This record gives sequence, structure tokens and C-alpha cells, in this order.
Amino acid sequence: MTAAVTMGGPGHHAARMGSAGQLMAVAALALALAAFLSLSIGSTGITLSALPRVIGSLASGHGDAATAREQLVLIDIRLPRLLLGAFVGAALAVAGAMMQGMFRNPLADPGLIGVSSGAALAAVATIALGNSLAAPWTRAFGVYALPVSAFCGGFAATAALVLLVARQGQLATSTLLLAGIALGAFATALTGLIAFASDDRELRDLTLWMLGSLSGASWPKVLAVAPFALIVAFVLPSLTRALNGLLLGEAEAFHLGVDVERVKRLIALTTAAAVGAAVAVAGVVGFVGIVVPHLVRIIAGPDHRVVLPMSALLGAALVLGADVVARMALRPAELPLGVVMAIVGAPIFLHMVVRRGMGGS
Amino acid sequence: MRLSKSPLVSVCLLALALASSVGTPAAAADVVVTDAGGRVVRIADATRILAIGGDVTEIVYALGAGARVVGVDTTSQFPPQALKEKKSVGYMRALSSEGVISVDATLILASERSGPPEVVKTLKATSVPYVEIPDQHSAAGIAAKVRLIARAVGTEAEGERVVAQVEADFKLLAERTARIKKPLRALFVLAVQNGRAVVGGQATAILRLAGAENVAAAVNGFRPLPDEALVELAPEAVITMRRSSGSDAHDTTQLLALKGLASTPAAANKRIVTMDGLYLLGFGPRAPAAARELMGQLYPDLAGGDAGATR
Repeated sequence: MTAAVTMGGPGHHAARMGSAGQLMAVAALALALAAFLSLSIGSTGITLSALPRVIGSLASGHGDAATAREQLVLIDIRLPRLLLGAFVGAALAVAGAMMQGMFRNPLADPGLIGVSSGAALAAVATIALGNSLAAPWTRAFGVYALPVSAFCGGFAATAALVLLVARQGQLATSTLLLAGIALGAFATALTGLIAFASDDRELRDLTLWMLGSLSGASWPKVLAVAPFALIVAFVLPSLTRALNGLLLGEAEAFHLGVDVERVKRLIALTTAAAVGAAVAVAGVVGFVGIVVPHLVRIIAGPDHRVVLPMSALLGAALVLGADVVARMALRPAELPLGVVMAIVGAPIFLHMVVRRGMGGS
Repeated sequence: MRLSKSPLVSVCLLALALASSVGTPAAAADVVVTDAGGRVVRIADATRILAIGGDVTEIVYALGAGARVVGVDTTSQFPPQALKEKKSVGYMRALSSEGVISVDATLILASERSGPPEVVKTLKATSVPYVEIPDQHSAAGIAAKVRLIARAVGTEAEGERVVAQVEADFKLLAERTARIKKPLRALFVLAVQNGRAVVGGQATAILRLAGAENVAAAVNGFRPLPDEALVELAPEAVITMRRSSGSDAHDTTQLLALKGLASTPAAANKRIVTMDGLYLLGFGPRAPAAARELMGQLYPDLAGGDAGATR
């Protein structure tokens, strides 16, 4: 019931907030602005005004030392960072929106119900055991080892959750949440076990990684997540109608002609791909998956044809904005992205919750 | 007076004066070094140095090149002015590519413990020479570190002086250690956390130099030790790290409050030594001095009159 009230019906308050097209344009503008800031702000003080020079030297094949430095910062550091940040934000926000839609529960978030923890466990295991126990695995997958393991971990957690909860016939809200939290706690405990077995250096790396960061962004990483991004982008449009059907309930969705079981499997896979790849490149970044879809539903209504793409745009914009803060606040050192995200995200979320509570929806 | 008529001469003199004041060999040919990772690095200009790693910064300053340092990392606690006066690029294992590039160094000297790996990879690919400094906890390791850094910053004579001093210190240390008949069973306690002692195997090398045996040598890194294990290890001495906040007396009280420690010979003899962390574990040029100071505290009869004769 809570779920139905919170999510509303399709087209519930979209009308008073402006048309979907206009809202989407605003979201796209926000992303463009965040991308511009991400490219033009950094501790070196190099701005986008250097771009023509850099392109010129790239085209001609030679340039002076100053241009080489600008090229390094703009093309090899900030651009991959921009792409990865946008991917991480979009992937986490879309995964949150899909989970909330599938479970008809506003609290379903990859971070809250254990998907991120599963992905993190697999990634931590790969980092800590990559040179010993898991060496054949890292050799076989090369640069893809981390995203692939994080994907497998995320998928295993999602699959376990769906199997456990679906055995009851229907997705009971409380069971879902409790099972998800228990799964997440279990995965976190195993991560802790690995951390305990690691030496100081690995431990410090793991801790920093669990706080999330985009500072290791590079072109190989962009290439490593590109297939996952393509899969998610390709599958997403086919899910909007099914998710809108599911808003009414599983039986109703079935009567509308939605193959509920197939859709649920597809959503689980897509979520695992999105979250797994995001966790693999940026570590654990919380709050995006829960804040962004909620914000989108408040301003644009619950229609998934709008919710999914708009969540992607705003999620990307939010992470890019937070990353600019992360790299500028203590420059030339850097704050962990996950920390900035939670500091920015938690008050926004609180504000949303409290305001809605007072407005009395 | 005649100089002012010839701007060229005055510019040349000014340049010379500047160059000699910062100790750079003027207009010398490029220096080529082979770093810890086996990379051959060509250094054209060592006037703006970024030092990453507490031991690296300490050596650069010991070589008299401190004025040329433009940036350090947060582990560079000695000399204290390094972190106060220079830009900090953050913790050495959480570097940011653009942050490091932004300090505009012409030479990066980074401990091989620096990270994360992707950032180090990016930095190695830039045009700024990136020299990885080995991290070996031995006399030979310190000498190798000092020689590599001295060559990279162009103060090789100074480097040999520091190496000679370090080697002399180690020789003196070895003579003292030889007089120890039975090594003390010592325990290194990083901190008291939540009522448990966090002990480390990492201190084994420096304890051995000071003529003591680390009872927790088997511990990988630093781990909290249950009280019962503390009783079983029965250390004869406890060495703990001085922190920037709080007093030694407070730390000692906290240690003695540990139930497990109370029954050990160390507590009975009140043999608890507090020392600075980087000094003791950093394995910079001060390592033999630190070992000698520690030895003086552990074996007061042995050191004779010169227990305090450390730098």
C-alpha cells in the first residue's frame, strides 16, 4: 500500500510540472553543465580554452611541452573521468529506478538491498586475491577482471534476493527489505573477512576503494565498462512498458500481457550489469540510486518512459558535480567521491522526505 | 657599476647566483637513473621536486635539496616544515593524477609504495620524470635509496656524505649489538584501541637492529592482539609510537591498564619505550640513530655514557 501511494499512478502529477519533453531538456541541460564543469575545472587550472590548441596539436601530430601537458590533463585524465563519472551516475540511478519499479518499493536501492555489497565483495576479493588464489581469473580476464567479477557478485546477490523472496509467491515489502539487508550484511561480513586477511597496504587500498573515487579513471577503464553501458542502454527501452505495468501489480501486469518472470530476470541482469560495472570502476558510491529516481518521480511523475532516461541524465549530472567538489575541495589532494556524494545526497534526500511528509501526499 | 651597462652580463651573473644558491649544477647534461621498477628515467631539470613518501622527503632534505621541494605527501612528517611549507598532494596511496600534475614539478621522486596503480601508471606516462624509490628495510636499502635520490637531484657528493654517515652509524650499531648476550623479547604496540593492543610484525627489522627480538614477528602488518595472547607472548619490553596529540605519560598509562600486559615482565620492570613513528619505522637516514636510541632505552647499562648522543 505504501508503495502504491508513494509511486502514484501513471500521469499523476506530470501535468502540473510541465511536459515530459521540457523536463527531459532541463535534465539534459543539467548534465551538459556538469560535463562542462567536469572538463574545465581541476587542480591544474587548465580550462576548456586550451581545447582548440590540444585538438590542433593532436591533428598535426606535434606540439610544445605546454600543449602536451594540456593534452594529458584534458584528454587522458579529465575526459575518461567525465565518461566514467557519467556512466557511474547514470548506471546507479537507472538501477535504483528499475529496482524500485520491480519491487514496487520506494526503498529498493542497489546499495540498500545488497546488490552493491555483493558486487563490492567480488571486487574486493579480486583486488586482494588477484595475485594469489584468483590469479587464473585475473589472467583470463585482464583489465575486465574487476568489472566482470563485480558484475558476477552483483548478479549473484540480485538472483539470490529474487529467488528467496519470490518463493513466497509475491514480493512482500518487508521480506524483500529484510532479506536484502541480511544478504548485504552477509556480503559485507565476507568483505570484512578478506580485509582482515589483507596486509596494511591492501587494507588501506580496500578502505579507500570502499569510499568510492573516480581518480583512477583511464581509457582502458572506459573501454572495460563500455560493453556494460551498451547492454544497459540497449535493454532499457524494452523494459519501460513492463515496469509501468508492474506499477499496478504483478497480476495486473500479467493481464496487460507482460511476461512478468522474464521481465524480472531481465531487470535483475541489467541491474547487476549496471551496478557491477559502476562499482568496479568507482568503488562504492551510495545515495545516487535512491535520491535520483525519487527526485525524478517528484518532478515528473511515475511513468517509466520518463523516469528511466531522466534518472540516467540527472544521476550522471549529480555524480559529475560531486566529483568536481571531490577533486577541488582539498586540491591538490582529493576527497573520496562516496563521501562527497553522501554529504550532498543525505541532506537532499532528507529535505525531499520531510517536505513530502508535511505536504501530505 | 660597469655591470649595469651590460644587461647580458648581469643576467648571466644573476642566473649563476640563482643556480648556485639552490645547488643545481648549472646547464649540466641530462641525468639518467634506473629506478626501483627498472625503468630508465632521464632527468633534465631538478629545480622543482615533488617528494612522495616520508623516507623520500627526509632524504631530499638531508641532501640539502629541501628548498627545491614544491610538494610532498601527508606521510612526509620529517622535517616538520616540509608538510607545513609545501603543497600536500594527499596520502601517498590515494594520489590524484591531476593533483600531482598541478604542483608543476619537474621531477617526481615517489616511494614504490605510492598508489593507486592507475594513477602511478598515468604519471609515469607524462613528460615529467617519475623516479620510483625502492623501499628496503636494511642498511644497504637505505644507502641505495640515498644514492638514487642524490643522483636524481644532482647532489651526489652530498649523497656520499650521507651514505658514509649512515654506514658509520650502522657499524657503530653493529658493534653495540654484538655486546648483547641475550636479545630482549620486545613487542611493538602501534596503539591501544578499544582496550586491545594493536601490535605489528612490521617493526621486526628495526627491533633487530636495536638488538631486540620482535615477539610478534609473525603478525602480518598490524593487528589487534587479544589479552590472552599478550600474556602468552610475555614481552620483556614494549615499544610504542608517539602520537602528535596526547602525552607519553598518557599512552604509558593506557598500556599499563591493559589486563594482558600487567602480568608481563615488561610491565613488571616498567620497560615501556615511546618513540616517533616515522623515525622508528620510516627507514630513512635516521634509522641507525633511531635503532641506537631505542637500544639505549632497552639496554641502559650497555649504552654507557652516549645514549643521548644521537642526532
